[in-house]
Amino acid sequence: MTVTLFIPCFVDLMYPRVAISMVTILERLGHKVVCPEEPACCAQPAFNTGYWDESRPMAEKLLHQLKDAEVVAVASGSCGAMIKVFYPELFAGTPHENLARQVSARCYEFSDFLVRRLGVTDLGARFDARVTFHDGCHSLREMRIYDAPRQLMAKVKGLQLVEMSQTVCCGFGGTFSAKFPMISTAMGEVKCQNALETKADYIVSNDSSCLMHIQGLLDRQGKSMKTIHLAEILATT
Amino acid sequence: MSSAATRFREDAVRLTADLRHRQLIQTALSKYEVKRDEKKALFQDWEGARALAAQIKREAVAHLDTCLEQLTTRLEARGAKVHWASTGAQAREIIVDIVRAKNARMVVKSKAMTGEEIHLNEALQEAGVEVVESDLGEFIVQLRNEPPYHIVFPAMHLTRGEIRQVFQEKLHDAPSDNPEELTMVARRVLRQKYVQADVGITGANFAVAETGMISITENEGNARLTAALPRTMITLLGIEKVVPRLEDLALFLPMLATVGAGQLISGYNTLYGGPRQPGEADGPEEFHVVLLDNNRTALLANGEMRDALHCIRCGSCLNVCPIYRNVGGHTYGTTYSGPIGAVITPNLKGLQEWKHLSYASSLCGACTEACPVKIDLHHHLLRNRRNSAAAKPVWWQRIAFKLFSPVAGSRTLWSLVTKLGRMGQRLHPLVKGTRLDPAYAWTKTRELPPIASETFREWWRRRPSHPANKN
Repeated sequence: MTVTLFIPCFVDLMYPRVAISMVTILERLGHKVVCPEEPACCAQPAFNTGYWDESRPMAEKLLHQLKDAEVVAVASGSCGAMIKVFYPELFAGTPHENLARQVSARCYEFSDFLVRRLGVTDLGARFDARVTFHDGCHSLREMRIYDAPRQLMAKVKGLQLVEMSQTVCCGFGGTFSAKFPMISTAMGEVKCQNALETKADYIVSNDSSCLMHIQGLLDRQGKSMKTIHLAEILATT
Repeated sequence: MSSAATRFREDAVRLTADLRHRQLIQTALSKYEVKRDEKKALFQDWEGARALAAQIKREAVAHLDTCLEQLTTRLEARGAKVHWASTGAQAREIIVDIVRAKNARMVVKSKAMTGEEIHLNEALQEAGVEVVESDLGEFIVQLRNEPPYHIVFPAMHLTRGEIRQVFQEKLHDAPSDNPEELTMVARRVLRQKYVQADVGITGANFAVAETGMISITENEGNARLTAALPRTMITLLGIEKVVPRLEDLALFLPMLATVGAGQLISGYNTLYGGPRQPGEADGPEEFHVVLLDNNRTALLANGEMRDALHCIRCGSCLNVCPIYRNVGGHTYGTTYSGPIGAVITPNLKGLQEWKHLSYASSLCGACTEACPVKIDLHHHLLRNRRNSAAAKPVWWQRIAFKLFSPVAGSRTLWSLVTKLGRMGQRLHPLVKGTRLDPAYAWTKTRELPPIASETFREWWRRRPSHPANKN
């Protein structure tokens, strides 16, 4: 299968290892990986801030990049949800409505893609650590992904998963984190507290944007707990 | 920024830093979640129940006109007087006129968020009438001159010590901070008031069109006393409270108890159909029902957000909302707080003045997942944002988002941004965490991740398999 990767702007810039891990895993499984050369952003910041008209040109660019893709795997549940769930509403009643629906139907968050589309759970990975998993809200509630990352982690040798007491937002929320930093920070502190209670070595997630927020707080608080994207764990051998 | 937005921001700063408040609310709501989940598990098919509840509400809202007419006809047939109020001011006037006509000096009131919505207590007090809240939580916040903190748990933000203190100050009777003893104090005070009051005012949880009945759910028996003892009863309710059939309550009553308070069924569920009928031993001599619009019809006319009228005011979206749990109920500055408040307030009271409530959300969707009647809450927040930005864009945001598109989409410009970012990052420590820091909103409390020494696309182009690297 030829898998087209959508690597969101902030993953490209700050978390290249996540994207490289995806390439490694997919090639190891024998798939051809392609990635649009031109950078792209899903336009979620403008969309979520209410600037739908301003977000469309950006989103259109991405739609055209992905229009011939057989399947699209996305490195972030949040950007994935933007394409899969919100593009059809954003483009409703525009000439791109059909294209938006087609791309939406072919778009998967990465862990979901592995489990549901490829039917793979055991990637032969080894990761000797106690971890807890953070469900990104877009992944959990817009894309309805809960089991896939857990099925994948269950097959990682040496990995011990300890669930947190609450399934709650980390407080990032894109531009919300800058518009209402006090609320965003308080939410993040609750999240970190939940994670610290598990005494895990790592917080794992399928969304780097949540991890950026959580790691930023942990670092400022001088905590030794680390964050890591699920793809990085799955790429280990 | 509107004055409401400034107040919201100031209060949010204060409350999010109040770790005692955080602990109190998190603990209370975590206990609630356990109880709620226990009771939810008793439903044979919770998701099926939600779907059915949403369908019934959709039906009621779609046929609101005929449902309300039916309700009115049936109520009037039993001697009730039904009043239609388009605005809060009209509803206040109707109620104050009834109270004046009765020469009432005291009104006892059971819980009614619609009363808060139209500032009924203030209007009655201005007319020289004493108003006593009879719901224990409402009674406590009334003593403190505060609005309710939560639509179901009005005094949830108070410790028993604080309740004892206000009882001591205002009632001069607070034997201990034991909840039972404090409740007995309130009970002694309230029992007198029920007997003395000339008029009883209640809210409503549902109104049954088919039978013309008002359904009130409570746990303290205070609404029953409010309705039964005074000679005149007034019920104030929003027009969206109507359900088509009596049998619909078989679903809604346990559902409301489950998500509202983690109960199997509430302590008292009573149907009121009119004033005392010939041969009946008790009940009010006069029964008035005030149907309140107050811009609800604006939501009715909005096809996209009409489902906000499904709301049964159970409070479950507040309970699971991480924003509510951190800023608390009073910070919203609205009658209806939490996600439902953030959805409807901008539509009921003015988009530009209240849009900040729709922006103060990470859009996590916990509310939508918790809503028993399936209101698309967090997506409505997005739609409020869209409507407000379209009506009145913030110029610099609009420019920023317009510019972002060509920059993030061009290879040259994006690599320029990458390079500038790396340079800026080297200089960042000089200003980091200070007011000069362009990323201050973030770096005040959080570290920023570094830009990678090699971005993914740089790595991708360097791979031997990349076409550009093959001869």
